[in-house]
Amino acid sequence: MKISTRQIKTATILDVSGNIDMSNSTEVRKALLHEIRGQKATRVVVNLSAVNYIDSSGVASLVEGLKASRDLGSRLVLFGLNDSARELLKISRLLKLFEVYDDETQAMASLAPSV
Amino acid sequence: MTPVAAKHPRDSKKPLKWSRAFLLKLELRSHPALLCVIRGALGPLMEMLEFSEEHGREIIRAVDEAVANIMRHSYHGCLDQPIEVYCNRLHRQSNGQTEQAIEILLFDCGPAVDTTKLCARPLDEVRPGGLGLHIIRGSMDTVEYKRAGRLNRLRLVKYVRRCKSEGGSNEEKPS
Repeated sequence: MKISTRQIKTATILDVSGNIDMSNSTEVRKALLHEIRGQKATRVVVNLSAVNYIDSSGVASLVEGLKASRDLGSRLVLFGLNDSARELLKISRLLKLFEVYDDETQAMASLAPSV
Repeated sequence: MTPVAAKHPRDSKKPLKWSRAFLLKLELRSHPALLCVIRGALGPLMEMLEFSEEHGREIIRAVDEAVANIMRHSYHGCLDQPIEVYCNRLHRQSNGQTEQAIEILLFDCGPAVDTTKLCARPLDEVRPGGLGLHIIRGSMDTVEYKRAGRLNRLRLVKYVRRCKSEGGSNEEKPS
């Protein structure tokens, strides 16, 4: 799994690729919390379009990021979920909890008034 | 391992006996880096068994979460403990129709599981963790834990489809 970060105006985008499971989900958690708590990023966008598989520990990392962003009054947005990731969030009843968009254009548009 | 007849949840009267065909056995150590290997092995198996893509993903997800739970809870993160995964095809004839299912048995040598603690957390609590068992139960038709001698045995079953025995068309069986 790889994680890289880029900046578009005031939004921080985390590009994640590969599989997120028990073996590496702590890296996702660390990267998210680093941006939200450490860098005080107010808008964090997670690009999951190159993620083939995500398990419950990966979802737990996203939930932790979401909680941290809510605590600090920032926004966490996801896009590019494949069927597997959507099904997992749905079965966990977390799909409605996250702001989920199909692609980067939509995700950035959702932040547009403030980006 | 002694085969156990699986009872279809919708059959309230006489349970017909399932016949079992062995398909695949995986032996691995309790290292999380091997989770992707299990998923990689199961993918083509689901395809071979003609599961729909969605059902295949559900089964792979359930097995992945079950093995991760063994690594985390039964072996407490110890990386070199044995885990065995058996995949069997189950089928039986019922009223001229063939019912099929996949049975996955997972064995580990950890301490006996306290079954009173085998409960998924409420999903209305927004907090990380504790989703694995909920995902397993939500993905499979049967989830059974049993202490078998010195082993923990988790049995997962997913019913596939019902099709006419005599050249009938396939009919997806709701699960």
